[in-house]
Amino acid sequence: MTTKKPTAGTARKAAAPARAVKASAAGKTAAKKTVAAKAPAKKAAPAKAPAKKAAPTKAKAQLLDFYREMLFIRRFEERAARAYTQAFIGGYCHLNLGEEAAVVGLMDALRPTDYLFTNYREHGYAIARNIDPNRIMAELYGRADGVSKGWGGSMHMFDMDHRLLGGYGIVGGQLPLATGAALAIDYRGGDDVVMCTMGEGTTNIGAFHESLNIAELWKLPVVFVVINNFLGMGTKVEKSSAEPEIYRRGAAYRMPAARVDGADPVAVAEAARIAVESARAGQPYLLEVTCHRLRGHSVVDPAKYRTPEEVEELKLHDPVHNLAAQLVAQGLADEATLAHLDEQILARVEEIAAFAEASPHPDVATLFDYTYATPVPNDSRRLPGQPLFDENGNAQ
Amino acid sequence: MTLMSYRQALHDTLRSEMLRDENVMLMGEEIGVFEGSYKITAGLLAEFGEKRVRDTPIAEEGFTGAAIGAAMLGLRPVVELMTINFSLIAIDQIVNHAAKIYGMFGGQAKVPMVIRTPGGGGQQLGATHSQNIELYYAFVPGLKVVAPSTPADAKALLLAAIRDDDPVLFLENLALYNTKGEVPDHDEPAIIGKAKVTREGHHLTLIGYSRMAYVAKKIADQLADTDHLDIEVIDLCSLRPLDRETIIESVKKTSCAVVVEDDWLTYGIGAEVAATISDGAFDYLDAPVRRVAMAEVPMPYAKSLETAALPSEDDIIQAIYQTLDAIGHRRSKTGPHD
Repeated sequence: MTTKKPTAGTARKAAAPARAVKASAAGKTAAKKTVAAKAPAKKAAPAKAPAKKAAPTKAKAQLLDFYREMLFIRRFEERAARAYTQAFIGGYCHLNLGEEAAVVGLMDALRPTDYLFTNYREHGYAIARNIDPNRIMAELYGRADGVSKGWGGSMHMFDMDHRLLGGYGIVGGQLPLATGAALAIDYRGGDDVVMCTMGEGTTNIGAFHESLNIAELWKLPVVFVVINNFLGMGTKVEKSSAEPEIYRRGAAYRMPAARVDGADPVAVAEAARIAVESARAGQPYLLEVTCHRLRGHSVVDPAKYRTPEEVEELKLHDPVHNLAAQLVAQGLADEATLAHLDEQILARVEEIAAFAEASPHPDVATLFDYTYATPVPNDSRRLPGQPLFDENGNAQ
Repeated sequence: MTLMSYRQALHDTLRSEMLRDENVMLMGEEIGVFEGSYKITAGLLAEFGEKRVRDTPIAEEGFTGAAIGAAMLGLRPVVELMTINFSLIAIDQIVNHAAKIYGMFGGQAKVPMVIRTPGGGGQQLGATHSQNIELYYAFVPGLKVVAPSTPADAKALLLAAIRDDDPVLFLENLALYNTKGEVPDHDEPAIIGKAKVTREGHHLTLIGYSRMAYVAKKIADQLADTDHLDIEVIDLCSLRPLDRETIIESVKKTSCAVVVEDDWLTYGIGAEVAATISDGAFDYLDAPVRRVAMAEVPMPYAKSLETAALPSEDDIIQAIYQTLDAIGHRRSKTGPHD
């Protein structure tokens, strides 16, 4: 399972010109726009739009790639849900079901060297960053081969090589961190970008305000992405946000912002590309991606707060189903090809689950290996049943 | 050695570390143009520029978290929180993020950062600006918490904290900034996690940290003159990790201990020290471990009330006398006794 990404060697723009763009102008532009992702960023980042000029065959290949990856995330997540009910996976388990198009579109806009900070609903992002799915599932199983060696679980995946700088379980916790990572890039004059995803509920807490304010003040290379699925756990966005059209909040920080339909991977990729170009040129950006969460907040949530009508309507928003229909309607693939692809992916996902199940549990001897990076005297290595001092009178 | 204030030692150490390592940068409220609420960063903006000395918005969660994120990518930010009271606004980033990132991701990302912040009461700053809540951070594995009491230790521990690859909460104290002492001219980082015996003795072990380590040493010196008491003083220096063995070694020698602290007694640092002594030196103890700590009230503003709430030098001296009396230790005004 691989994702096509722009190579790191593509032409890089000088950051200086766009950094000089007046923030107020960008802010006004953002406030006028409703759903268009293009205009505000064009002000800030006068980038070319190679994707639009792509040949039809390339567009076709891209669409098929997106579909393959979205279907892979779909089947992976469904397999994870099954493993959860089989008690192979513990704790919380939040799935990207319904967000597949948003995930692959967003990740398509990043270079392999760009950084991603995300929240606890993250398996799909780890997959789309090209991390070995065996290791992602092994992390869910809490095994030694997991991306975080079994220390993190579903909510806390990390891989420095693939520049996934963490899933974070505390709502909003990742925003200041992502802002700081962008600060470090800017401090060193690098041209990497940080993308930071969150749910719409996150935009009501202080860390959102503080981070966007700092990012804009210091012109940091960061894109804040709000996945708006219109629900907290069960609370509708209108009940939690005084401004339910989240992208409009960018105006408060004079930050360019846009809203895009998260069911369309191509639209998401294009909007994300504009946002990332803007950030790379020194103008942070707020991108709202609307999605529909197909299931409950987490695996154990039956989503009883949804009316039967809402449940029925959800089916219309299934991005994987819709893209399959589009591929067939446009003659880009036939039913048999898609069915064959599904079989291949289902088989692969079974291998992944088998790998996770076979991976060893972390050795208890490693329990004290990751408290401190710099070893320090008098660091306790006492297990719960042991006294504070051993039989020789040494503290433990 | 150079005689200088605690404030000067901090300032000079920040400056020399910035000269040594360009990854060291400062962030905080009013540390640049205003030169810091307590002037620790005076002159550093002019010398190093806005890139390395960043005035932040009043957004403790935001800029503390940004420092953590920058540290994950290899910078060595030194954050100034104006007082430890304001750290509560950043506590999610400190406890849920700085302390967790190394372990939670299986050792893949280090967080080499320092949070400098003063505690301390006695300045008539009232309930929300007089707290000593370092305990909240000393409670958390993954953080290191240090608390120097002298200018020399301020330098040595700040060097160690900046060069350490883990998040370190560096506790200062408002009442210590103007205290003076000899500071070595060369750079020798302290070892985080080690306590210091600042005065050797065999009659009683007196334990403190930060301002109270300073007060404890002063009282012990005074009682040596006035009462011919030979008190051993331990400056904890590091609250996490806690150097339990140095405490135990001392109590095995003296058989009694008094712990002094500016924070509240219940669940406090002194409680942890007392429990340590109970666990590690029970057979050697001749008296219960006595704790001298702040009254269990929000700090009042009025001077009379504030003074009553804070432990005084006389409170500590009386606790020492009572402990020695309890073990039948005759005090003498005329000469040393055993």
